[in-house]
Amino acid sequence: MPDSNRSQRLRKLVQEVAGKPAPEDEQESLFESGLLDSFALPDLVSAIEKEFAIKVPDSDLNPRKFDSIARMDAYLADHM
Amino acid sequence: MSAYLHAFGAHLPDRIVTNAELAERTGKTAEWIESASGIRERRWAAPETSIAAMGVAAAESCLKAAEFPTNKIGMLIVASGSGARGFPGPAAAIADRLCLLSVPAIDLPMASAGSLFGLALAMRLTETYGDILVVASEKMSALIETEPLDPNTAILFGDGAGAALVSSRSGRWRMLDAALHTDGQYREDLACDGTSLRMNGLTVILQASRKIPASIEEVLGRQNLSAQQVTAFLLHQANLNLLTRVAKALNVGPEKIFANVQRYGNTSSASMLIAATEWAETNPGKGPIVFSAFGAGFHWGALVADSED
Repeated sequence: MPDSNRSQRLRKLVQEVAGKPAPEDEQESLFESGLLDSFALPDLVSAIEKEFAIKVPDSDLNPRKFDSIARMDAYLADHM
Repeated sequence: MSAYLHAFGAHLPDRIVTNAELAERTGKTAEWIESASGIRERRWAAPETSIAAMGVAAAESCLKAAEFPTNKIGMLIVASGSGARGFPGPAAAIADRLCLLSVPAIDLPMASAGSLFGLALAMRLTETYGDILVVASEKMSALIETEPLDPNTAILFGDGAGAALVSSRSGRWRMLDAALHTDGQYREDLACDGTSLRMNGLTVILQASRKIPASIEEVLGRQNLSAQQVTAFLLHQANLNLLTRVAKALNVGPEKIFANVQRYGNTSSASMLIAATEWAETNPGKGPIVFSAFGAGFHWGALVADSED
């Protein structure tokens, strides 16, 4: 389930990695919008692992899972 | 098992393609190309230059460095992912041009990680087949130089060839261990149909940034070595930003990661051996060295060797 606290923490991580404000729309693609590029994605995944104390296995290293704040929130809902 | 690396060799085409040239043709700026990739220029071969011709030149360079006669080679392994021809692959043509008329010549139709897989196979096969010449040759420009240029791929790739001589005879670096892996679920994220190349950069970088350090730590761990003990990391030259990320993941200084991608771009399977050639020619020093590559498939892995005192 979506969690407002979790999505706020994700928003903060996205802003830290991108160095720019995260989009208001949680469904917006962070990559298609140009906010994050291919080299920011590994940093974002590492930041998520650290923030939420989880390990994202290689089998889950699919960019689609981290394409938007909503998708990241859904991934974490399934794995926390 | 005893296997040694004796020498490396390389060949690069003469034509230099600068970022300024590609900026005009891709609608990007030269500065953007360098910031996205670390690449300042690359070499593109002439239309009539073949993968086999570049491979032969690298092979001859390697055999000269090793002071080893061509007719003593017991096996030829050729990696190339950019050949348009289905069969036979370039191994037969390279064997013919080297006048190797009866030794087995094996094609590895693999991009990027092909030379690493070739070295690892040679390490295991040299006691049976004797001296093995590993060649990697790529003409990536044939896959990317189609108008309009795709800025996502055209800025990255270059042409070239590299070679290494592996033998069970005592040599300069003893090959200690290798780890090879494949995960085919991402095979469509970096693929070539023989005439054009497509790449999902997000998936490639995300996977490579994890798998390269992991495979390096895997082989080093088995040899009770740490990354800090390694003299030099000779990696597939995909992108300077990726090399920097690997150094950070391994907690080693960027100076330990040999880099020439700035001058040659990503020459796919050839890049690791071209890097090894330049590193060996400059100041190789003593101590363990690590090879590692990641590429289409996805195939990846690492190999560790140590200098013989």
